[in-house]
Amino acid sequence: MSKKITALTGNEAVAYAIKQINPDVMAAYPITPQTALVQKFSEYVADGLVDTEFITVESEHSAMSACVGAAAAGGRVMTATSANGLALMFEIVYIAASNRLPIVMSVVNRALSAPINIHCDHSDTMGARDSGWIQLYSENAQEAYDNTIQAIRIAEHMEVRLPVMVMQDGFITSHGIDCVEFIDDEKVTKFIGKYQPRYPLLDVNHPVTYGPLDLYDYYFEHKRQQAEAIKKSQKVVVEVGNEFKQISGREYGLFEEYHLSDAERAIVALSSTAGTAKQVVDELRAKGEKVGLLKLRLFRPFPYQEIIQALSHLKAIAILDRSDSFGGFGGPLFTEIRSALLESEKIPQNVNYIYGLGGRDINQVDITSIYADLENIVKKGKVEERIKYLGVRE
Amino acid sequence: MSNTKNLGWKEIPEGGLIIEAGNAAKYETGSWRSVRPVRDEKKCTNCLICWVYCPDSSILVSDGKIKNIDYSHCKGCGICATECPVKAIEMVDEKEFNK
Ligand code: SF4
Ligand code: SF4
Repeated sequence: MSKKITALTGNEAVAYAIKQINPDVMAAYPITPQTALVQKFSEYVADGLVDTEFITVESEHSAMSACVGAAAAGGRVMTATSANGLALMFEIVYIAASNRLPIVMSVVNRALSAPINIHCDHSDTMGARDSGWIQLYSENAQEAYDNTIQAIRIAEHMEVRLPVMVMQDGFITSHGIDCVEFIDDEKVTKFIGKYQPRYPLLDVNHPVTYGPLDLYDYYFEHKRQQAEAIKKSQKVVVEVGNEFKQISGREYGLFEEYHLSDAERAIVALSSTAGTAKQVVDELRAKGEKVGLLKLRLFRPFPYQEIIQALSHLKAIAILDRSDSFGGFGGPLFTEIRSALLESEKIPQNVNYIYGLGGRDINQVDITSIYADLENIVKKGKVEERIKYLGVRE
Repeated sequence: MSNTKNLGWKEIPEGGLIIEAGNAAKYETGSWRSVRPVRDEKKCTNCLICWVYCPDSSILVSDGKIKNIDYSHCKGCGICATECPVKAIEMVDEKEFNK
């Protein structure tokens, strides 16, 4: 069978994935750069192409609240947001995870206000990294489409039962026209399977209570359960990825290693920046430089053991953060990786670049300069400046 | 879930859900109490106003008469003492009973 490649944006690709998933309920509020996604999906609803109950709401706080209610009732539920929208739903984001509701949310990454900015950085979802949601980051429209479908299986796995956020970069991916290969409807339907709610409120023969008061005598035990569930989800992410390969031919794991195994210097990055970095790796490899890339897909749970294995042979690593953790010792990705590396017998030199805030471009010249910096670090055997801001005017 | 032994994280329903209907009595809220209602039987007229008001169904009645107070569920809120028309209930500090 010949491949059917369609040209469309990341937003349209995810809207199409949601159409194929055909959730029971979608509750969403439009926010740039996610707007086109919800708009496209609402067209599918208006045209009668899905069975979904589409709930229009007055805010993102209400969107996530409606999702929690619908998921507790026993439905397969999805939503989408960006930046300030995610910030507004924050209270209920935690409640969704704590109630163990397998909601899937598409997040189109955008900078948080103020000053107001509609372009890409990861400060929105990095702020939600401790909320108990599983986080999958996508490099391009194809990955955003594929991850959305896989997220349903991951969230609904009986040993997991946690919500999943699927990220794509605002404008860069959400509005850029990309080549996407769709999977046939029947294959998607079969892959995701029929939803099995665990404790549906609508099952009146088995009444349950969601969200009762939980004090010092049991709250801690429920948090411990949650920690275990998200830890277990890592194995499920791999299993679902393997199964997904059978219907798509595309490989998904915890992260992607690009010319990494024999590299001496490497970059670690999330999402679309990894695509730019691959181009630079190809160019430098053509000149004989031993450079590589680790593109992290799964940020929560953080697969630290596998990351150590993949990185510990390197001489120097640059960890790229598209968000700052103000007042912290580096960005969120840096602190995770540096902390993980302490478990390794051999710790590569490591440096953090905070870049691309508010949609500031990162291009091949920037990435080439990072590999050059790493070369200097290797020569000198030390890092002179640990946390750097790349591409900001002094 | 029983209060006789606090259960571990592997033994309880996930997400803090209550998956069994009508089990509130199994949760012994008596441990929350810092003041204890003590009824003076001589003053009490058995009007049952305290029984009506008690939010924890902790005033135990049989044959139209107050029999006892269920201290394993009474939270010590003091509503009964406030509402009693003849002031037959006194709220006594729990430390008086732990001497
Ligand atoms: S103190 Fe409160 S809970 Fe206890 S018996 Fe009186 S009314 Fe009921
Ligand atoms: S309200 Fe007072 S008088 Fe009436 S039954 Fe209760 S304790 Fe007795």
